[in-house]
Amino acid sequence: MIYMTSMEEVIMKYGYFPGCSQTGSAKEYDISLRKVIEKLGASFDEINDWSCCGATSAHVTNHKLSSALAMRNVMLAGQQGLENMVAPCAACYNRLITSQYEIANHPEIRNETEELLSAKFEKDIKVINILELFLKIGINKITENRKRELSELKVACYYGCLLVRPAAITKFDDAEQPVSMEKIVESTGAKTVDWNYKVECCGAAHSVARRDIVVDLSKKIIEDARSHGANIMAVACPMCHTNLDMRQRAMKRAYPGHEEFPVLYLTELIGLALGMNEHELGIDLHYINYKYTDPVLDNSVIR
Amino acid sequence: MCSDPGQNMIRDAIRDKGLDAIVVGSCSPHMHERTFRNAAVSAGINPFLVEIANLREHCSWVHDDLEAATQKAIELVRMAIEKVKRDKPLTKISVPVTKRVLVIGGGIAGIQAALDTANAGYEVVLVEKEPSIGGHMSQLSETFPTLDCSQCILTPRMVEVHQHPKIKLMTYSEVVKIEGFIGNFKATIKKKARHINEDLCSGCGLCITKCPTKKKAYNSFEEDLAFRPAVYIPFPQAVPNIPVIDETICMYYKNGKCGMCVKVCDRGAIDFDQKDTMLVADIGAIIVATGFKLYNIDKKSPDSRYKGYGEYGYGKYRDVIDGLQFERIASASGPTSGEIKRPSDGKVPKKIVFIQCVGSRDDSKGISYCSKICCMYTAKHAMLYKHKVHDGEAYIFYMDIRAGGKMYEEFVRRAIEEDDVKYIRGRVSRIYEENGKYIVKGEDTIAGMPVEIDADLVVLATAMIPQDNSAALARTIGIPYDKYGFFNEAHPKLRPVESTTAGVFLAGACQSPRDIPESVAMASAAACKATILLSSDTLEREPVVAKVNEDLCAGCFYCKKVCPFGAIEVKDVKDLNGIVYKEVAYINQGVCQGCGTCTATCLSKSIELAGFNNEEIFAEIAAL
Repeated sequence: MIYMTSMEEVIMKYGYFPGCSQTGSAKEYDISLRKVIEKLGASFDEINDWSCCGATSAHVTNHKLSSALAMRNVMLAGQQGLENMVAPCAACYNRLITSQYEIANHPEIRNETEELLSAKFEKDIKVINILELFLKIGINKITENRKRELSELKVACYYGCLLVRPAAITKFDDAEQPVSMEKIVESTGAKTVDWNYKVECCGAAHSVARRDIVVDLSKKIIEDARSHGANIMAVACPMCHTNLDMRQRAMKRAYPGHEEFPVLYLTELIGLALGMNEHELGIDLHYINYKYTDPVLDNSVIR
Repeated sequence: MCSDPGQNMIRDAIRDKGLDAIVVGSCSPHMHERTFRNAAVSAGINPFLVEIANLREHCSWVHDDLEAATQKAIELVRMAIEKVKRDKPLTKISVPVTKRVLVIGGGIAGIQAALDTANAGYEVVLVEKEPSIGGHMSQLSETFPTLDCSQCILTPRMVEVHQHPKIKLMTYSEVVKIEGFIGNFKATIKKKARHINEDLCSGCGLCITKCPTKKKAYNSFEEDLAFRPAVYIPFPQAVPNIPVIDETICMYYKNGKCGMCVKVCDRGAIDFDQKDTMLVADIGAIIVATGFKLYNIDKKSPDSRYKGYGEYGYGKYRDVIDGLQFERIASASGPTSGEIKRPSDGKVPKKIVFIQCVGSRDDSKGISYCSKICCMYTAKHAMLYKHKVHDGEAYIFYMDIRAGGKMYEEFVRRAIEEDDVKYIRGRVSRIYEENGKYIVKGEDTIAGMPVEIDADLVVLATAMIPQDNSAALARTIGIPYDKYGFFNEAHPKLRPVESTTAGVFLAGACQSPRDIPESVAMASAAACKATILLSSDTLEREPVVAKVNEDLCAGCFYCKKVCPFGAIEVKDVKDLNGIVYKEVAYINQGVCQGCGTCTATCLSKSIELAGFNNEEIFAEIAAL
């Protein structure tokens, strides 16, 4: 398990690959991440001319394309003189490291992708997920810079399926009982709960075509968190957030009596602890309204 | 040629033509070298003046082109002729044999091997690392396929070992060093301090009942389902019935106080100052029977080479247990006195899910092999449960049911048909707790449906893996082992209980997963092999061994590094005044197996292998 931050070199400059969600549906993830990073004294160098990572639509239709798209971004990072790149979206992260893994282990895929991109992959770029980023920066920095203690919060940390899986490729935390997000959340002063669904599937891209599946799966996740004493959920993936936040409206129709449950990005939670307000962090862009000072949900306000 | 008439042809030719060496063009020397050598000996020729040109495996079987193959056959024979011209007659080496067997491991395999060897009239030293012999079999409740009580059939054997005049039983001891070679081993055994004088202790157990440090340590015999005090015997039937003091939790070792056991022991057997002692024994043959342990899928597991099963929550949920823990729960002498109760709250589980192949047959977790016994013991567990909890439900998730063995398949059918155990073919993907129930999510691959069972208790049939120290022990003894740490046999079919090291035999689950009948059969076979070895006063060895030319040897000792059998020693060469002027390599002819690795490694070309010296080999090549 990798959360021995003290033994790792503390890096404060990171390459940044936002990914498409960060510019649209998960704008608040991008906003909050940049602000939090700045407060913690680290800086981002955004990859110039970054493109789609090759996830979802590309990798279900054309493997060559998905591999080429991912490696294009990795290559750009190298050209920019970066040694690492942060991919805050779990799907981007997974797509990028999976491509790197395939290229490292299958010479034929490597040759093919190099040919498509008319380039040679020489530089080894370390792709970092959002949890690794905070562990590298150091969770003690969060505690040190804390403006308030989120002690009333009982957080269910939700990893989803892509952040820690497959273990052979991510080589990060335990794929089935991960604990690194809990460590980060606890550094904000909030409590975490032990629950069962932290690596279950939220339904992901079925959100578009089969909303019924997503509603069922996401409802189970929310109810399990609630039944284990959580009053808020932290996520680290734009897709998960869409399903768990936006789909609560559909949940209300499918499950009459469904009570709203706030779902925040991990970065927003950290931002709250660092003293920023809901508007600064983009929490007011969520479908389920949330205000820290009011731990009991205000059901009357639905955007 | 290998038939009687063929051998007669050879004998006649030797006599009629006055031959002094022969070449046979035939199959591999592996098959019939001995046959032809014997034929030559009976006609008065030294057996090492017989060369075999392997025309079958090296030529006719592997080539299609008739003419080229014939040409090759002629060349192979020509090579053999050039070699036999230079062969020198060799005589077999004779070494004495120590008539004592060392048995390592006191489980059922070690017990059986010790008893058989001792009953054949040879002395046995039985070494067991735990305070009592009995091994895993002593932990079992009942045994398949007869459902007879494990303790009841094992205890008489344990007592027999203890009372046998030919067996020296050394419990709480470990083998730390093995030197020497077949028939002439020297074993160094560490006897760990029990802190109890074995000669004085009567086994009354008063020290145990009076020890104030109760519940300080998990009882490993009860698979951590119960506690034990600092002074303890592992289980009531332990042999020998002498307690051990656990220094790590004993109050006396913490603060020098207490000493309750000293006060109550009327024999004065408590000895806090006792130290580990070393014992050296001369040994003729070794039987290794160190057994297995269960793959610990707990996240805290030290088995870092295997990936755990976080998805099953083992180590997190107290009611997700392994097979040996269930044995203890089902055992009449166990922590629940044989009542099926779950560890968390002591409730009788109304629904149990058993999961087979946890660890085994799962490449992604690091173990590819089948643990062999789990299908049977899981059926047994479900049966025991149904016999004790009549209204309970038992589900078994399986991949295949492998019930090969006498009365085994019938046993599984009985579980299904008579005891109504529900078998579900498929794997479990996740277990989590909800309101005191364990939700088991899996797949029924026959129905093609996902299944979800809310169980009260989950039992995982975890893989059998070698003991923690198996690789280190293998290196101590000098026997090969596989990537998992199981010891390797010399031949998987024809020499199943011998290791490749002469004089070292294998028995039981230290070699691969095995059940009780197989372990016992192997143990008897190993004992038989050991007694064959010990039955003669001297041992004849093949003379194909390496020899060092001391004048040429530069003393670099590369040979010593590469020798897989530890046959090479450092020898001092002295001048006329007895002053050491150089060190050279010396090859112990009793240990050397004639593999030739040192010969090939030697930089100064000062090592020659009898029967394969440089002159002979070069002549063969030149004849090509």
